[in-house]
Amino acid sequence: MAPLLEVIGVSKQYPGVLANDDISLTVDSGEVVALLGENGAGKSTLVKAVFGLLRPDAGEIRIKGEPIVFGDTNAVIGRGVGMVHQHFQLVPVMSVAENIVLGDEPRRGGLLNMKKARAEVRALSERYGLAVDPAAMVEDLPVGMQQRIEILKALRKEVDLLILDEPTAVLTPQEIDEFLNVVRVLASQGVGIVLITHKLREVMAVADRVVVLRGGKVVGITTPKESNEEGLAQLMVGRSVVLRVNKGDAHPGKPVLTIKGLEVRDDRKLKAVDGVNLEVLSGEIVGVAGVEGNGQRELVEAICGMRPRAAGEVLVGGVPTENMHPHAVHLSGISHIPEDREKHGLVSSYSIADNLVLNQFDQEPFARGWIRNAGEITKNAHVLVKQFDIRTPSIKATAGTLSGGNMQKVIVARELSQDFHVLVAAQPTRGIDVGSIEFIHKQLIAARDRGAGVLLVSAELDEILSLSDRVAVMSGGKIVAVLDATGADRAYIGRLMAGLHD
Amino acid sequence: MSVNTEKKSAVLKERRTFDVGSWLIPFVAVLVAMFIAAVLMYLQGASPLTAYTSLLKSAFGSAPGIGKTLGKATPLVLSGLAVTIGLRAGLFNIGAQGQLISGALASAWAGYAIHGLPMAIHLPLALLIGAFFGSLTGLIAGALKAYRGIHEVISTIMLNSIVISLVDYLASGPFKEHGQPLTRTAPVLKSALVPKFFGLPLGFFIALALSYAVWWVFRRTTSGFRLETVGRNKNAAWYAGINVKRSILIAMAVGGAVAGLGGAVETLGITGRFEPAFNAGLGFDGITIALLGRANPLGIIPGAILIGGMRAGAASMQFDAGVAPEIVDLLMALILFFVSAPLLTRWLRRGKGAASSVTGGWGS
Ligand SMILES: Nc1ncnc2c1ncn2[C@@H]1O[C@H](COP(=O)(O)OP(=O)(O)OP(=O)(O)O)[C@@H](O)[C@H]1O
Ligand SMILES: [Mg+2]
Repeated sequence: MAPLLEVIGVSKQYPGVLANDDISLTVDSGEVVALLGENGAGKSTLVKAVFGLLRPDAGEIRIKGEPIVFGDTNAVIGRGVGMVHQHFQLVPVMSVAENIVLGDEPRRGGLLNMKKARAEVRALSERYGLAVDPAAMVEDLPVGMQQRIEILKALRKEVDLLILDEPTAVLTPQEIDEFLNVVRVLASQGVGIVLITHKLREVMAVADRVVVLRGGKVVGITTPKESNEEGLAQLMVGRSVVLRVNKGDAHPGKPVLTIKGLEVRDDRKLKAVDGVNLEVLSGEIVGVAGVEGNGQRELVEAICGMRPRAAGEVLVGGVPTENMHPHAVHLSGISHIPEDREKHGLVSSYSIADNLVLNQFDQEPFARGWIRNAGEITKNAHVLVKQFDIRTPSIKATAGTLSGGNMQKVIVARELSQDFHVLVAAQPTRGIDVGSIEFIHKQLIAARDRGAGVLLVSAELDEILSLSDRVAVMSGGKIVAVLDATGADRAYIGRLMAGLHD
Repeated sequence: MSVNTEKKSAVLKERRTFDVGSWLIPFVAVLVAMFIAAVLMYLQGASPLTAYTSLLKSAFGSAPGIGKTLGKATPLVLSGLAVTIGLRAGLFNIGAQGQLISGALASAWAGYAIHGLPMAIHLPLALLIGAFFGSLTGLIAGALKAYRGIHEVISTIMLNSIVISLVDYLASGPFKEHGQPLTRTAPVLKSALVPKFFGLPLGFFIALALSYAVWWVFRRTTSGFRLETVGRNKNAAWYAGINVKRSILIAMAVGGAVAGLGGAVETLGITGRFEPAFNAGLGFDGITIALLGRANPLGIIPGAILIGGMRAGAASMQFDAGVAPEIVDLLMALILFFVSAPLLTRWLRRGKGAASSVTGGWGS
């Protein structure tokens, strides 16, 4: 019998980039194949070709032995293929339930049967352990929630081949564990799965086979048994990678960020941050740990002036910052890596060079008076693209043509390259490959050692524990404990996060 | 350094990212429209070849013909520019017609009612008054959008009707030429007439200079960057410290001023007085021209000249080939259809692909 999926000699050329270079691979029924590779290696390009979203320049793709017509998504879906996209495909102004059933809605008399849709979504959500509120509007939801919706949407239909493009980038560890269980169950039922992820732990846990791409080519095919995380990382980036964070002792100084009695409401006007007091000292990294939805997002947005502060103050170096004015807050010394990079972080139709100066376009040296200084903007872009290893054929390419991880690098580069007293980093390494994570972690530590205060919010407890000097645990909108990171007890933090403190 | 060689193999060579495909659309749109119009002429029993030859000859074949074409093109460049400024800032300004007409009437009034000024003062003043009233008309839609969230397509369409009716009333009432049966104002005084420049209307050079200025502002200045960022991603613009409301106001006010100037130049340079029927459709043609020019302030110039030429040559086409001059309106409609069809599909599909165009803000 023919394999479930055969990719034969697929190549795809973008202007200046050979994104896929003669790629061949197969996936059998019931097999989990992990697709690994650096940012820009061509993973998304390949799976988009399989899903019929783009036309390769050469090669053939067969599903169950039958070639697919390139560029015909509907036909591919009809052949039993489902996909979770790296860039969310949700309609922001529709509810969660509407988004999940979109395309195959339960009807009653020609109209959408909303009650049935909600019930179906609730059942799905329970079955796969991914909690969502069917009635919520998608535009109000944090990215982690949006990711769950994408996954549920893909799981709703029975499929033979499931393509998952970085489904876990913004999920919490517990959610990831549950998700990996779902993957295992589906595989045992005979579903073939292509999983793209930058988290090697997940690869080791569920993959039957690992295909590694670099520069658009397959550079290795192995199995978790024959390899280990270090080996995979080395195969991906072509050099050895230090997966552990090495940092010296912190030398904390005076408070740079002071949060006093902060209260913030969420989009439904409910109190999401409930009287938070927190101090970040210069020269230290404070990690905020918590189960998603416990106010971290609202806390970050209120600090950065993106969400009204109902009560309380945010001070930088003792000076109060403005409410609801992100740029004023930025100018007072807070750099910010926003959680939702496509909404706030980037203008996808602008060049990389323009995006790299997006929040300082009218400041020296990027503008003299009201004339923009193209020379300096270009120079800045060349420096940052090199320093942060942003993979692009040209700094004039639009940000929208970058791979997901490279978009993230653009934002990180822009924020870290400016002068700041405080860095607020929300999911700073979202979707970034292991090699670049190592680099960004080093940069965060370097910022700390230069005397900045860093507030780190991440869904990954590991990232928080390995980078932070102190950990603030958030639960129910309150900071329930602030602990020293060295020797912190994971299980104890887990209990605090779950609200089980005494 | 195996890393570096690896990187090079993926990144072949730096290539200029000039999007040929997007500039192909206007050409194809014009050609297909001309072909369909030719078929219709043929079915009417006229010779399309004769018609197009006559059109070409009369519009571009002689110095006076070119002068006439450029005269017709002048308000079209300006109304196209008005729509373009809006599109750049993410606003679909359907109101160029209303803005242009208010400018036309206001400048006509300034041209005949203000006496005793030398030309060096009277003409610029009349032009400015035209621009000012155009700007005011645009600003109303801008304010409704910025402070009340009313979609500019709706408000500008409604404002068009209001302005057209108001202007008709004024031209047939308070501003009407004394003792004349026609609905029109008195002729503009000599001191407010736009002079000719080697047989070419001076207004055309004003329009060219303005197009270049707008192009430069968007390309090189922080002000242009602000508007454009708002047009492409409002959230990111706000986050980067750009005042979104103010940008909307500015785009509509400046766009309105440019359209109003278009009306003024037409009134003071071509018609010599305000007569409602003379200005019909100039503002609407601006939409076609802006889309033909891909919302590029310089790209609109060829489109405006093309359409100006069609308008200028329509009469002789009727004379030589026996086709009704309305064929030009038909051509315009077809061009608009074919040039906006691909844009519309892209707009409907936006968000799916990474590439988004300047028209990305239509729906928001
Ligand atoms: N629409 C596009 N236009 C031009 N170039 C593109 C386009 N899409 C992708 N590319 C380029 O193709 C290359 C591969 O991109 P792809 O998205 O497949 O990477 P990826 O392996 O998924 O990376 P990541 O881990 O960051 O998601 C990148 O260099 C990217 O810049
Ligand atoms: Mg990708």
